[in-house]
Amino acid sequence: MKLRANLVIGGALFALAILVGLLAPWLAHTDPVMDANLLNAEEPPSWTWWFGTDGQGRDIYSRVVYGARISLTVGIVSQLINSVIGVGLGLSAGYFGGWWDDVVNALTNLMLAIPSLIFALAIMAVLGPGLTSLLIALGLTNWSFTCRLARASALSLRNQGYVQAATVLGYGDLRIMITQLLPNMLGPIVVIGTLGMGSAVLSEAALSFLGLGVRPPFPSWGSMLSEARDQITTAPWLSVFPGLAIFLTVLGLNLLGDGLRDILDPQSRSRRT
Amino acid sequence: MTGAPLIEVEDLRIDLDDGSRRVAAAEGISFRIDRGETFGLVGESGCGKSITALALIGLLRSPLSIGGGAIRFEGREIQNLSAARQRQLRGNRIAMIFQEPMTALNPVSPVGRQIAEMFVLHKGKSWREANQLAVESLASVRVPAPERRVKDYPHQLSGGMRQRVMIAIALACGPDLLIADEPTTALDVTVQAEIIELMRNLCAERGTAILMISHDLGLVANVCRRVAVMYAGRIVEERSSADIFRAPSHPYTQGLVDSLPRLGSRAALGRSRLKEIAGVVPAITNFPDGCRFNPRCAQATDICRTAAPKTDLLEAGGLVRCHHHA
Repeated sequence: MKLRANLVIGGALFALAILVGLLAPWLAHTDPVMDANLLNAEEPPSWTWWFGTDGQGRDIYSRVVYGARISLTVGIVSQLINSVIGVGLGLSAGYFGGWWDDVVNALTNLMLAIPSLIFALAIMAVLGPGLTSLLIALGLTNWSFTCRLARASALSLRNQGYVQAATVLGYGDLRIMITQLLPNMLGPIVVIGTLGMGSAVLSEAALSFLGLGVRPPFPSWGSMLSEARDQITTAPWLSVFPGLAIFLTVLGLNLLGDGLRDILDPQSRSRRT
Repeated sequence: MTGAPLIEVEDLRIDLDDGSRRVAAAEGISFRIDRGETFGLVGESGCGKSITALALIGLLRSPLSIGGGAIRFEGREIQNLSAARQRQLRGNRIAMIFQEPMTALNPVSPVGRQIAEMFVLHKGKSWREANQLAVESLASVRVPAPERRVKDYPHQLSGGMRQRVMIAIALACGPDLLIADEPTTALDVTVQAEIIELMRNLCAERGTAILMISHDLGLVANVCRRVAVMYAGRIVEERSSADIFRAPSHPYTQGLVDSLPRLGSRAALGRSRLKEIAGVVPAITNFPDGCRFNPRCAQATDICRTAAPKTDLLEAGGLVRCHHHA
């Protein structure tokens, strides 16, 4: 069996990011928060400071390593919430149609009309800053795309022969949705989901920059980027390394999404074997 | 319910709501199928045979609806049962196989799982037992190496194999009635014969009645003991298969029988062109007055254009709906 390059590379990058997050206490050289030392402030990358140090003398390498925890948690959990909401609403709306479809459509349009970041800001303002509110805010505001996709898929799948056959064979509505519709729309949903994880990592950066996300001094890649903004000409390593971490993670997620889509499509599965 | 037929349709009317008014897409449909009997419904496209089948399993959807009459399953009216009760019948007591085995199987689910699901759904089996039963089901429809095949996805199977899987799914729960809507139209002729044979044998073994729907009179007569011919939403003739070829009563049936290509004596007698029935089936919204076949009927007289014929009992057995029946 020949594995696809995008799946291998994407999976490796994403797995690496997760491993780094999990093994952070062992990988980091110093404590990312406590070990500030103004004597080492703004050191460029060297053998001692792999990624350099920031204005307070904290090791960027260690902060990037620890930042993986927060950034990945936000990316994965908030996108999972989005996917569950989006698929649940979209799938049922497309399958049942009628007034429920109208309600879901109105809700989706509402979500699309309000910029999701502004909406997330409003939720954060109510809940207050912190990781949990960040997860809730990002998890509740980015499902409209998934919802649209799930609804459109359900609409077209509903008329497929096997869905009608399932009805004839006595399947209930819920069983049809779960066994017939969901598996057949999973490919694009997963692809959208991985893309969404990437954008959630970026949204976290934006919210943290506005002081509503993860509170300093705890590191997330986004907040590190935001803090480094002013020194981009004098100390570019402050933004380059967290930026690279975001870039590689998002790239890995996108490649993984592509690879997963190929695997989830049984027709391409047999082509490979 | 001894004595009662398995399924009895009485004066069924199916309405089509085209927005402004309701028209009858089918009306006066009456027939009965006994336990283990084979019954065929024949007609051109759009004559109402498929919607009759959908009505039987309670799956008419807007703009179609049942406008009157009764459908009795084992003596009990089923057209007004709750959705949940109807669902218990479907797949379990009344099963159906479709024209297109290519699209009637879920592409992302192994076929064994799709068969097993029937046992889980209707018989309350555990997945373990159900998977075992699925292998047996696949063996019973003579799929070679069923232990391996259960793991295959539909696209890995040929058309004939898929239709065998469909039959396995449909017969999994031992239904009392199998509705086969053009079950072999999409298959090669040689495969067709195998599938028909298989379906007939399995149903005969298990005492499952068959309602076969097709436009192919020859095929239906070959499988079924009795045949009803539909035209423009009405049953025009119902006979035993043997009689319908020997002595068709309704002019439309005569036309159908004459239009079948034949080998042997008749072809030798007159090397004439294949006969056809002139004209086309009228649209549902525009059925002619009187007998609906009158514009295409060579024997039509004035009464055919004004009065709809009643259903008459034939001396030789069978029913016909024609003013001038033989």
